[in-house]
Amino acid sequence: MKRALWTALSFLAGDVQADRSVPPTGFTARLTLLTAAAMALLTVFALSLSLATGRLAARWSDDLAQTSTLRISAPAEQMAAQTAAALDVLRTTPGIASARALTQEEEQALLTPWFGPDLPLGALPIPQLIEIVETGGGYDATGLRARMQAEVPGAVLDDHTRWRAPLVAAAGKLRGLGALAIVLIGASTAAMITLAAQSALSANAQVIRVLRLVGARDSYIARAFVRRFTLRALSGAAVGTLLGAVLVALLPGGAQASDSFLTGIGFSGADWLWLLLIPPLTAAVAFSATRGAARRMLERQS
Amino acid sequence: MIELRDVAYSYGGGELFSGLSLSLAPGSFHFLTGPSGAGKTTLLKLCYGDLVPTSGEVALWDETTTGMARDALALNRRRIGVVHQDCQFLDHLPLRDNVALPLTVAGRHHEAEAYLPDLLGWVGLTRHADRRPPELSGGERQRAALARAVIMSPEVIIADEPTGNIDWEMSQRLLALLVELNRMGKAVLIATHDMNLIRSAKAQVAVRTLRLKDRQLLAAGAEL
Repeated sequence: MKRALWTALSFLAGDVQADRSVPPTGFTARLTLLTAAAMALLTVFALSLSLATGRLAARWSDDLAQTSTLRISAPAEQMAAQTAAALDVLRTTPGIASARALTQEEEQALLTPWFGPDLPLGALPIPQLIEIVETGGGYDATGLRARMQAEVPGAVLDDHTRWRAPLVAAAGKLRGLGALAIVLIGASTAAMITLAAQSALSANAQVIRVLRLVGARDSYIARAFVRRFTLRALSGAAVGTLLGAVLVALLPGGAQASDSFLTGIGFSGADWLWLLLIPPLTAAVAFSATRGAARRMLERQS
Repeated sequence: MIELRDVAYSYGGGELFSGLSLSLAPGSFHFLTGPSGAGKTTLLKLCYGDLVPTSGEVALWDETTTGMARDALALNRRRIGVVHQDCQFLDHLPLRDNVALPLTVAGRHHEAEAYLPDLLGWVGLTRHADRRPPELSGGERQRAALARAVIMSPEVIIADEPTGNIDWEMSQRLLALLVELNRMGKAVLIATHDMNLIRSAKAQVAVRTLRLKDRQLLAAGAEL
């Protein structure tokens, strides 16, 4: 580890004389910088998307996994009795930590987004909702449904599984797509930098020939190109990442917004640290791509 | 040091030469002459491993160049100073860096300051040290190429028409440098058309003159 770190630092520090052996190539330099910056910017967006969907999936899972809802639909005169009966059943059901009937104000709050604040709840046949909180082990939903059917005919148990599972699965798939996008961005970066490196190596065939004639090893020649492309990719990715971070930070809502997916895109807390990985990883991709291109080209030119 | 054994070289379907043998021993001084197109430059390239023979064997310090690993070839080239006919410089670097290039690629650039002033002074290029090769005349480039070839104090010096673009006085100075290096035990092989240069060298050191003609390498006549 220490040795690898030392090697990396020596590589970054470089050999000024060796670097000067290869002439500056404006076009490939600009191409590499631009590619690295653009790809880093896209990576920031893909990462923020991936992290946002991850947070959303976790939120849906955590918030809903331990709760269920019992809905009682009954004539107004039977509502209180059925609610009390249902609560009795729930209190004696293993795996249920607590159960309570929602107050009229709470039900009003749930309906306000659809009907507005002036809804006359008392005049409408609104079902009574009972919020159930499970213990860690959960309860037997099939058994509870059977008991409710017998003792509280108007009760319908919703353990959230039916709609929670596809949402969590969709969020997981979105997260996977984000990760796939990052991998594709990395592969595209490698391809672009490989092309730029090949172009630079071809343009400098005569330089390579002279270096070889005076006794330069392939590793010496390759290092001069590899270091140059790696540093360009590193600096381009740093600029792209910074720009991406600023743009994500300026998105409305940000990661703190919990009620909407679109406004929840962004980074929060330690998520920002992920961004620090983008420039060095881009540099690593550039290092690997340029070294491969240089080796192949030097092999061909020998 | 450098051995050519029964070497043949062909390109484009035609055989340039064949059955050619040559040994460059420490302290030897060879001139290579012959008509244009006879293959002098090709023969020199075979000697420093830039080409491999079609048949036969070229050995650099007892290691054959056919199939030699590129790193091994690079290390062997550090023991051979070459003056190319077209000089071969890095045009983006100033002259001082071009002359010091063999030291730089060998990781010994820090030694350059010890050798460069004397060497550039000797070939009369001190005031051109910061100029780039395209700004120099043909003769200046050839002198710089010779300075680059000897900066590593190589065991063998191979020069392809090193005095083709320089005046008599300068060619004598360059020859004096090569003779001095030869007396230090370096092997020298020079391809040239310049008979006066050969005669001048013969007056100073034991020289063997070879003539490449009709696909054969022969000892040149006594007139040389």
